Amino acid sequence: METKESLVFIDSVVSYFSHLDDRKVEVGTPFLRENDEPVQFDYIGLIAVTGVKSGQVYFTAPRAMLKHLLVSIGEADTGSDNMKDLVGEVANTISGNVRKLFGPDFKISVPRVIDPKKEKINLVDNLRSYVIPIYWKSYNSAVVINF
Amino acid sequence: MLKLMIVDDSNIIRNKISRVDKKSIFRVVSSVSDGEQAVDEFVEKQPDVITMDLTMPKMDGLTCIKKILDLNSSARILVISALADKETAIDALALGARGFLCKPFTDKNLMATLEQVISN
Repeated sequence: METKESLVFIDSVVSYFSHLDDRKVEVGTPFLRENDEPVQFDYIGLIAVTGVKSGQVYFTAPRAMLKHLLVSIGEADTGSDNMKDLVGEVANTISGNVRKLFGPDFKISVPRVIDPKKEKINLVDNLRSYVIPIYWKSYNSAVVINF
Repeated sequence: MLKLMIVDDSNIIRNKISRVDKKSIFRVVSSVSDGEQAVDEFVEKQPDVITMDLTMPKMDGLTCIKKILDLNSSARILVISALADKETAIDALALGARGFLCKPFTDKNLMATLEQVISN
């Protein structure tokens, strides 16, 4: 991934958190991870991308962070359905915002939510993903780019 | 009060938008998760303003905008989408949407944009 592309993803993550009441988010140093050992927390919101780039972008976070994020956006119902909705919405927002760089030929799907305890995330074997660690409050999460 | 219809496949976004009616001139009359339901509800509820997501299952937002404007060319539609490129906004406005708001958004952004859509 080019530096310019990486910066657009990072800006998109920071932009998402800047709209929360508690906007202090830290982005860690990105790294590459083998696809046979993907970075994953309790839930994964996965967007398939096609066109100018093809592959997947996902946001993954622990339940406790998603619960806290729901409260932060004013959502009273912090049950698992809304946690899944949120993890997909964050992935959707981050992916959609990067079209500022890639343009309309960067097509994104509706989010698919994966519970890694029940379903394996299918990434292309023998490739590596680009992982952007995100630290919000005391929680660790990540945006993972696989194209 | 102005009747507001919300179209978005995310429950939490629908809830976030629906909270505007507690402090504004808008009253939510319908809240649906895809374009097909939106067309049916538009006919039934005749909302004054519609917030419209673009990336949705069954029927996407741009197709839904076309169908609604075919039914009533003066329908006031505000697109609220994560798709942040200029081309998408231009496409939506060219179809007849009255405004475009990017996700993520604050309550203040939402109110200001809804008021613009109404005043235009």
